[in-house]
Amino acid sequence: MNFVKKYLLPRLITYFLVFFIGITMVFFIPRLLPTDPVQRTVTRVRAMGAYLDPEATEKMMESLEDLYGLKGSVWEQYVNFWKRFVKGDFGPSLFQFPTPVTTLIMQSLPWTVGLLLTTTILSWLLGNILGGFAGYFSNSRGFKILDFFSMIIRPMPYYILSLILLIVFAYLIPIFPLGGGFSIGSEITFSLESILTLLKYAFLPALSLLLIGVFTWYQATKLVVQSVKSEDYVKYAELGGVKPQKIAMKYVIRNAMLPQITGLALSLGQIFSGALITEMVFTYPGLGTLLYNAIFTGDYNLLMGISSISIFVVTTSILVVDLLYPLFDPRVRYK
Amino acid sequence: MKTLRDLLRDKRFAFGFTVAIILVILSLLSFVSPYDPTRWNVVPRDLSPQWPHILGTNSMGQDVFWLLCFAVRNSLILSLIAALMSRIIAVIVGMVAGYRGGTVDRVLMFFSDSFLVLPLLIIIILFASMARSRLTLTGLGLLLGIFGWAWDARVIRSQVLSLRERDFTYTAILSGSKTGSIIFKEYMPFLIPLIFATLIGNMSWAIGMEVTLAILGVFNLEIPTLGTMLKWATDYQALLLGFWWWILTPVIASILLFISLYLLSVSISEYLDPRMRIQRIGRA
Repeated sequence: MNFVKKYLLPRLITYFLVFFIGITMVFFIPRLLPTDPVQRTVTRVRAMGAYLDPEATEKMMESLEDLYGLKGSVWEQYVNFWKRFVKGDFGPSLFQFPTPVTTLIMQSLPWTVGLLLTTTILSWLLGNILGGFAGYFSNSRGFKILDFFSMIIRPMPYYILSLILLIVFAYLIPIFPLGGGFSIGSEITFSLESILTLLKYAFLPALSLLLIGVFTWYQATKLVVQSVKSEDYVKYAELGGVKPQKIAMKYVIRNAMLPQITGLALSLGQIFSGALITEMVFTYPGLGTLLYNAIFTGDYNLLMGISSISIFVVTTSILVVDLLYPLFDPRVRYK
Repeated sequence: MKTLRDLLRDKRFAFGFTVAIILVILSLLSFVSPYDPTRWNVVPRDLSPQWPHILGTNSMGQDVFWLLCFAVRNSLILSLIAALMSRIIAVIVGMVAGYRGGTVDRVLMFFSDSFLVLPLLIIIILFASMARSRLTLTGLGLLLGIFGWAWDARVIRSQVLSLRERDFTYTAILSGSKTGSIIFKEYMPFLIPLIFATLIGNMSWAIGMEVTLAILGVFNLEIPTLGTMLKWATDYQALLLGFWWWILTPVIASILLFISLYLLSVSISEYLDPRMRIQRIGRA
């Protein structure tokens, strides 16, 4: 009971509050700005050469307001926005009219989630283990080389790194496809060949996410381990003749990993943003590419839909990580 | 000066510092540029690097070298605006939260946590795509500043928390100093190096954001920055057409800029942490 009150409840409350703030921001930002999406769409239709008499324009603006959820006072719109969100209805997309935004998002979401889940877990584990050993055996030469690479790769924004990988491995040495998620025109089945193609297309986007992820965790863990290493119990284990590898793995890295789980929860938003950018570079068919198309075509409904869903996905995964934390930290479990 | 000499003994700082100086010189050169960066077709198109166009020219008839000078200058200005703006917010939030504590602290830290965990890129894209053509360099700088303060506010808060518990705080309170004077006279000297180190990290973040937004096409493409330079090059398929000098120039310049800013911020924050400093001097 104490666990629920001390750990679970505060986490749940924060989750709902953060989620609420995020969605509220998404709602208010377009309304605070002087641009009017309805007016913009009308201008675009006119620019394409369609002739509209004033009455038709009036009608079109009205139905657009309805489609965009821009009818009534701001408060009514806000309540409506939440109602639509709960129902999962963001209206039809404009650039693929009349497909509902939700359908488009649901098509791309599995790609993004698949890519993100694999790379985030892999890079977190790899980065922590490498960083742990590097921090424990900090004078070894092999880790100096890793340090050097992490210094170069860590500060790079996702876009630049993806672009470099694309130039090198798809253009200069064409071993990987330039973009896309699967060969055009074929269906995804559960055959070996199909899975290999899938992996081949996912390799470069995953590699760019992995590289940045691994080196970020590597550096963070290395610092934590260096401070854990000087704790008394480590000295005691050393004096007791426990093998250095065992101390590193069981006593040092395990303890150093705990703050890294919190770190994972805190950085999920950034990792998610990075994945979107990477997808755009490789035209991987996930949310990122969909977002790019939404911006490119000025698709207001799609933009709002993607923003809301992204906030939902990110905040919920943070909650999941937070709820998994007690599994790793017995101190929280037995409080 | 002595601090600088100490810092330069760190190879990473020396490298970062040199690269940063070179980039600043490049950006200063833009003031004597023979060409206007917003005008097209002022030089022959698609020339490979040769004298007098040392980095070649692009398909829009601009000289890549002089364009780069403007791009570096604008990117640096943008990142400075963003970093200064977010420093102001971070310092105020961090100080108030750390010094007042209690409910104020909890509310402020809740906001900074929300800003940390939300996928800010999406929100910034939403903002920028709606304001697209109206967005100026200063406007984008301020926008990034408003979103980029959360982590550093936490860093400053934890520093203030530890300062508040030191003896000199009580001495100051008991001798009748006002809160404002304690914060500005007593705490500021401790905080300024920290603010400076986080400023560099934030500049790097802002430049990366600008590159991303420009590539997405939600920033004014008329303004030459590292991001818009890259955007034009990719839009004109510079790579497929073999104009490597056009696309590699902004790529390499931004890589150098990111690495140099990162090395500067790492070595400065290590220098500020006395324990690390002793370790380093011991090694050298």
